[in-house]
Amino acid sequence: MTDLTSMTAADIAGAVAAGDVSAREVAQAHLDRIAALDGSVHAFLHVDVDGALQAADAVDAKHASGAALSPLAGVPLAMKDVVVTEGLPTTAGSKILNGWVPPYDATISRRIKDAGVVMLGKTNMDEFAMGSSTENSAFGPTHNPWDLQRVPGGSSGGSAAAVAGYLAPLAIGTDTGGSIRQPAAVTGVVGHKPTYGAVSRYGLIAFSSSLDQAGPFGRTVLDTALLHEVIAGYDACDSTSIDAPVAPVVAAAREGARGDLSGVRVGVVRELGGEGYQPGVIAAFELAVNRMRELGAEVVEVSCPHFQYALAAYYLIAPSECSSNLARFDGVRYGLRVGDDGANELETVMSLTREAGFGAEVKRRIMLGTYALSSGYYEAYYGQAQKVRTLIQRDFATSFEHADVLVSPSTPFVAFGIGERMADPMAMYINDLCTLPASLAGTPAISVPCGLSEGLPVGLQVMAPALADDRCYRVAAAFEAATGPVLSPDRLAIAGGLR
Amino acid sequence: MLARLAVTSDELDLFAGQLDVILGAVARVGEVAAADIPPTSHAVAMTNVLRPDEERPCLPREAVLAGAPDVEDGKFRVPRILTEEA
Repeated sequence: MTDLTSMTAADIAGAVAAGDVSAREVAQAHLDRIAALDGSVHAFLHVDVDGALQAADAVDAKHASGAALSPLAGVPLAMKDVVVTEGLPTTAGSKILNGWVPPYDATISRRIKDAGVVMLGKTNMDEFAMGSSTENSAFGPTHNPWDLQRVPGGSSGGSAAAVAGYLAPLAIGTDTGGSIRQPAAVTGVVGHKPTYGAVSRYGLIAFSSSLDQAGPFGRTVLDTALLHEVIAGYDACDSTSIDAPVAPVVAAAREGARGDLSGVRVGVVRELGGEGYQPGVIAAFELAVNRMRELGAEVVEVSCPHFQYALAAYYLIAPSECSSNLARFDGVRYGLRVGDDGANELETVMSLTREAGFGAEVKRRIMLGTYALSSGYYEAYYGQAQKVRTLIQRDFATSFEHADVLVSPSTPFVAFGIGERMADPMAMYINDLCTLPASLAGTPAISVPCGLSEGLPVGLQVMAPALADDRCYRVAAAFEAATGPVLSPDRLAIAGGLR
Repeated sequence: MLARLAVTSDELDLFAGQLDVILGAVARVGEVAAADIPPTSHAVAMTNVLRPDEERPCLPREAVLAGAPDVEDGKFRVPRILTEEA
């Protein structure tokens, strides 16, 4: 057992359960690789060496006692820093929370710990999950392991880079407008945004509450499904949690891996492609559609005319909700306080604290949202965006009468250079063109690697109706089985032997 | 003012131009004929959620106050709210 960091989560769990390797050895191998390479990737904001080794030891002790292990026991995981973790610093990529240590666990943190999954640390992200490149982190950008001069996508860029760089086989991200799928696509890994309400939001630092959804990253579809089943399920602590059985995503991934899509109707969304998309991305996507046809899928074209308004609707709804959610950062109960000199009044201290604590993108969105919600503009902006949201949901409903899943590229282009799009917010926002509709509709969608363009990974997005997350996994697994891996250690720009 | 951000004049210059462009782009929602379309606030049907009225332990006070910027007598200390007249 020499290359523990290149193993899949499923294989690691199997080896730990069989006693072929200890969870501690697995954790140590990943911690060593992080120590050697994360200086150049910067996927992690905080590495919890002691906590990881303790969690691994607990799995080994349980195994030694003869007790049965849960399906991912002993497998390391990287946690996005927007998810609160008791006793571990949590910043959401913001200066305003620098040094804050949460007094409680998010539901998904608790579930991961209870499953014996070994949390290695907290990953870098765009501040409060606002961004598509991880450049909006207050603690510096994350570098794409395929090319260190390029971004890993965002906002869950640290999580995606950790998985792509073999620093962790699994990671948790959150997706508000594409923040799992887009970084998964541009780093060559698998990432799934579950149905809204399928995974508890309790303990997620809120950005846009009607859109935020946590989900899994893995290097294979099966690994991603295994993690999905750990974190999904009803939670009384989240008022929008869906009280329904978890979709059978692991069974679907295993069924899909047989490589048969006969009887599956795949709808190609006409509006997600064409102008503004990189030719290499379109070429990889078209090959992917052909491959699905070869696997027996019936490919049809569907039209979703309101998807072209998704970007406009999203950049009204998300900033509106963010301006309200981020009001809690007032320098009173946690985090930074600036300007409390005894003379300044509360409101002045709040304004100075928020000015010093928030980065540019967060400020822009708070101002935009405050404006869109203000009296006189509310109907034309926020109200109208909510109506467009209804029409996008209807587009999905109509399309799913003709297709079991919908497909598109996950992103219009491959990973771009660090610094390239920072001066122009709209150039950044169009990264989310393909992922926004499913966010607004609350429907599940997965990104699975589907080839290369200019030597960099391209993602295929598979979208399904609400609560039918298993369809995403089945189609993605069939595609993965037929095409083979896109990611491999020798394709990365980071050195360091795998062990 | 509502946003409670003490932005600098340099920032204002930068943001004003950028927000103009963004507002121009998001105003596209107005092109959609949606007068009789109901708004969607949440993708899932929102119903009131109740839980049994049972006592449960809350977080320990020290653990919560440990993250606060300023604490006095086991409470959050806040800057003064009213202007003193004197």
